[in-house]
Amino acid sequence: MTSVIATHHIIEITYLIAAVLFILSLKWMSSPSTARRGVFAAEAGMLLAVVGTLLYHGIVEYKWIVIALVIGSIIGVPLGEVAMTAVPQRTALSHAFGACCVTLVGTAEFYLRTPNVPRLMMGVLALEVILGSLTFTGSLMAAGKLQEILPQRPITYKGANIVNLSVLAIAVLVAGFLVAHPGNKALFPVIIAVPLLFGVLMIIPIGGADMPTVISLLNSYAGLSAAAMGFVLDSKLLIVAGALDGASGLILSINMSKAMNRSFTNVLFGAFGQEHASAAGAQEARPVHSATAEEAAAILAAANKVVIVPGYGMAVAQAQHKVRELYDALLKRGVDVKFGIHPVAGRMPGHMNVLLAEADIPYDKLLDMDDVNSDFPQTDVALVIGANDVTNPAARTDASSPIFGMPILDVDKARTVMVIKRGMSPGFAGIDNPLYYLDNTLMLFGDAKAFVGAIVRELTGGGHS
Amino acid sequence: MQSDLITNLYVFILAAFIGFEVIRRVSPLLHTPLMSLTNALDAIAVVGAIILAGEHRSTLSTVLATIAIVAATSNLVGGFIITDRMLKMFKSSRSQKP
Repeated sequence: MTSVIATHHIIEITYLIAAVLFILSLKWMSSPSTARRGVFAAEAGMLLAVVGTLLYHGIVEYKWIVIALVIGSIIGVPLGEVAMTAVPQRTALSHAFGACCVTLVGTAEFYLRTPNVPRLMMGVLALEVILGSLTFTGSLMAAGKLQEILPQRPITYKGANIVNLSVLAIAVLVAGFLVAHPGNKALFPVIIAVPLLFGVLMIIPIGGADMPTVISLLNSYAGLSAAAMGFVLDSKLLIVAGALDGASGLILSINMSKAMNRSFTNVLFGAFGQEHASAAGAQEARPVHSATAEEAAAILAAANKVVIVPGYGMAVAQAQHKVRELYDALLKRGVDVKFGIHPVAGRMPGHMNVLLAEADIPYDKLLDMDDVNSDFPQTDVALVIGANDVTNPAARTDASSPIFGMPILDVDKARTVMVIKRGMSPGFAGIDNPLYYLDNTLMLFGDAKAFVGAIVRELTGGGHS
Repeated sequence: MQSDLITNLYVFILAAFIGFEVIRRVSPLLHTPLMSLTNALDAIAVVGAIILAGEHRSTLSTVLATIAIVAATSNLVGGFIITDRMLKMFKSSRSQKP
């Protein structure tokens, strides 16, 4: 008996140490120089907690645990080894896995405990299962869109919001009924099935450009559902981890919605990508200035200060390694090169930074929007690679534009703007970009990777250097 | 053993505040690895699933918990591997040879 109590205390202490290590690991994430230590701390905390749990006296059967741990690790390794360009869909997939785990445990707990579930506990359990299942299908849908298994274009229909909200309302009502009657086994599957449907409906109207916000929001939901599971299992460690994950997702969602000039409630209710639809109509054929790789290289070579602005187009074209060659070639000529990164560039928060870091560009050259915007008036060339809406000056000047008020990178204030783009088609949001018609803008038409490669060849003396 | 909800609520609120303060300071450079790290931390749910599977209280609960362990472990392992791979790539210009 005393040994059981002693073991119980040992387990609780491993959990406490794990919680402290988790918080420290996030603290060390504040800077790239300490971040790897943060991962190590988190791993140590996790190992400690898992080993501590295996000591638990109530475990009578280890066979399935060991089998499941082995299978999970076998699946986990390839998920950790994916290419950097696949990180957004991998992240969405892992939100789905986390939510899956939470929902399954919640379901098992319900059937073990019913009908002896206190009302408050039933409420938390319902929250866990509802959040878990909508995050599960929502994240799978998001992963499918990012992997381009599903169409990336937003699919909208009239009254979508009303349909979605009614579906969610059904789930909440049934959950409310279950709180009043926790013994009703037959109704429980409803609060799994209906949120599963809601998760799908929620992501259908969402386009690629809204993915950073959506992924962050799903991250937050996954964390909150895990915290709810912590309440159900009375596990303070799980509550702490879920709260940290929920807070992190929430902060990122708020950042992303600010960077897109959406109110947070607008994001919470899933009203993504709707007001854009009508803007594409009024396009007249206005003249643009275009340039060849040779001309672009000459201008870049003569510059003192260059800011490169990457966007999702760079990721699609896999141009980051060519961009690195351009960076090297310009550096060799004594040009000061920096990168200006918009918070919603790419498909998830920080997407561009990871791709450029993969291409060995030092992180102190990667500046966020607030830092780089004061630099543009002293910049000779702003080179936009595969970014569109985040550079659209209409967001500053044109009150009728759907993106009016969205913070942008002020590339138009640079002496010369060069935009590498496949053609004149409008961006994801379908909004015309007046930047392209400015007198100081040169359009470089072509594939991002090929065009940057051509500029590099010009700069390094036409061929092998 | 049945939980004291209020105590747990204290834990939740305090952890959320700490989370906000700590995570606000994370550089936007590292937002992608931050997300994969918090995802891996979330996989601590595996602890609950392990107990549930090990207690073997019903066939249903053992089956569901075993699948849950698989899902959480794959997040745990994959999340840590990719976070570390990403962070390894971030180098400052001082640490790089020209």
